[in-house]
Amino acid sequence: MRNRKTLATEIVLIVLAIAGVVAPFLLGYYYIDVLTMLFINIILVTSFHLITLTGNWSLAHVALMGAGAYSSALITGSLGWPFWLSLPLSAMAAAVIGLIMSYPLARTKGFAFFIASYAAGEAMVLCWTRFKVPFGGWTGLTNIPPPENIGGIDFSDPTPYYFLTGIVMAVSLWLMYRLGRSRIGATFHAIHSQESLAKSIGINVTRYKMLVFVVAAFFAGVAGVLLVHRMWAVEPNQFRWVPTLYLLVWAVFGGTRTFHGSILGVAALTLVGELLVPLAEWVPMIYGLILILTLLFFPEGLEGIPHRVQSLFRKRRTGGEAPEDLLMEGQD
Amino acid sequence: MEFVAQTILNALITSSFYALVAVGLTLVFGVMKIVNFAHGEFYMIGAYAVWVLFAVNGWPYAAAVVVGIVGVGLLGVVSETLIFRPLRGNLLSGFIASVGLMFILQVAVGRIWGVGKMKPVPAPYPGAVVSVGGVSVDVQRLIVFGGAVALVALLLVFLKRSRMGRAMRASSQDVEAAELQGISVNRAALVAMFLGSAMAGAAGTLMAPIMSVYPYMGGLVVWMAFVIVIVGGQGNIKGAIYAAVMFGFIQTIVTTMWDSTIASLLIAVFMLIFLAVRPQGLLGHAE
Repeated sequence: MRNRKTLATEIVLIVLAIAGVVAPFLLGYYYIDVLTMLFINIILVTSFHLITLTGNWSLAHVALMGAGAYSSALITGSLGWPFWLSLPLSAMAAAVIGLIMSYPLARTKGFAFFIASYAAGEAMVLCWTRFKVPFGGWTGLTNIPPPENIGGIDFSDPTPYYFLTGIVMAVSLWLMYRLGRSRIGATFHAIHSQESLAKSIGINVTRYKMLVFVVAAFFAGVAGVLLVHRMWAVEPNQFRWVPTLYLLVWAVFGGTRTFHGSILGVAALTLVGELLVPLAEWVPMIYGLILILTLLFFPEGLEGIPHRVQSLFRKRRTGGEAPEDLLMEGQD
Repeated sequence: MEFVAQTILNALITSSFYALVAVGLTLVFGVMKIVNFAHGEFYMIGAYAVWVLFAVNGWPYAAAVVVGIVGVGLLGVVSETLIFRPLRGNLLSGFIASVGLMFILQVAVGRIWGVGKMKPVPAPYPGAVVSVGGVSVDVQRLIVFGGAVALVALLLVFLKRSRMGRAMRASSQDVEAAELQGISVNRAALVAMFLGSAMAGAAGTLMAPIMSVYPYMGGLVVWMAFVIVIVGGQGNIKGAIYAAVMFGFIQTIVTTMWDSTIASLLIAVFMLIFLAVRPQGLLGHAE
């Protein structure tokens, strides 16, 4: 059983990888761009998923992505340093800001965590709008250079940039997956499900909460760097409420219990988003509806579908119990 | 001296407005354990009620205020029944659902009345300014102050004296114990949501002639209200009132000396430092 499952996962991954390599040669520039955005969002939502492992849902995450974006805009635009240096540096910068934020945030939970993280993110956005030097105010920064050519590959072209994003995404996902499966990841789970028990066996809960926040901030920073060098411009409104709503919808719709749940969520909703392009002004409302309806009627999200189907069959045979509330258990 | 008196007066008016919004929010959290991000949109809809009824359709201002308050209260009741009640007991789901509700209301209002231009609401008593000893204030701001203080005081009396109010306080302290005493938690939650939302609506109706009315006007207000609720101690009404006064003064003084963005920034940083030192808030109890 176990082996069959890993085999199936491997086959899915290989098919996805082949599809990812072939796709840009079959699709037009518009869809290459959509896929590039999807890759960036996958990094974002997966790093967000790391934080949810400890049971907290941070509202500062999109702002931390912005920290990476602004940092890279300044490093490459104002300082003129190369993109390839700026990518790790800016991700580090986002991680450092995450570290500062996490000090008070890790000491709160529930209500206070939501609001404090929201305030922390908002404070950062306010900095960008208020201090025109160096952040450019409401209009932000423009003329951010694309990555420098390597071996004659021009990264201002959508296709090479697509591959660059894809590779960075694959590496980031692999690292985050390994972390989630490691002893540290197990500790995150322990903190989520039994915080006092975790404390009682000597786990420094606050330190682990800070750690997960910093790691997630690092990868959010990576996503931000990739975003800014695709847009060649950055402005504060990209990192405020609407993108935060999107992030929440991806995570809720896909589910946060498994590693792939939120990725499924962002992929499915990107597809929905493409269908909704003519209704652009209604999109936040539609996403709000999806959010509420998912929570009310389908709290496990997409990842819960196999489980639901399974238990449907089991119910027929043995009259077994209904699927438990997978997404939201253990919150108080 | 006059400048100082004027600043204190302005700060008091701002504080009363903050208290009105934050007390409603903390009441909802205390009784229902719902972090309602749509509270700012309730405030916005209150302001729109005044714009539609008073500015466009020419109703008397007072009538528009009453309709706005009751209407927003009912909107709160509807959202409690449809969205929050099924999610009760799950802080995270309730909070995320409220974010969804916030966007639904923003888009709905924006689609019905347009997003572009801010809606001008004329002053109900144009030109009326009260000045005493060099300190002047226009009548609408006095109405905000009086209305806010009166509503918050009424709520305190209601919670202290009435049967329902005591039931609500009981269920905010311990749901199970309250249920054992025969208190219907659902009813307590309905009343709390009606009153809490109505207070946000009231703040909107009172501020409409002063603030610019547009679909996203709730954002900054709810942000401030949340900071106040946290610093005051979650679900603690007296704490929220003290914190509202404190932040009213900080906001007014910093805005007078620098600008409002710096004020918001300082307040956010202040709150984060405060949380690091005293996570349970001013009047909250440690777990």
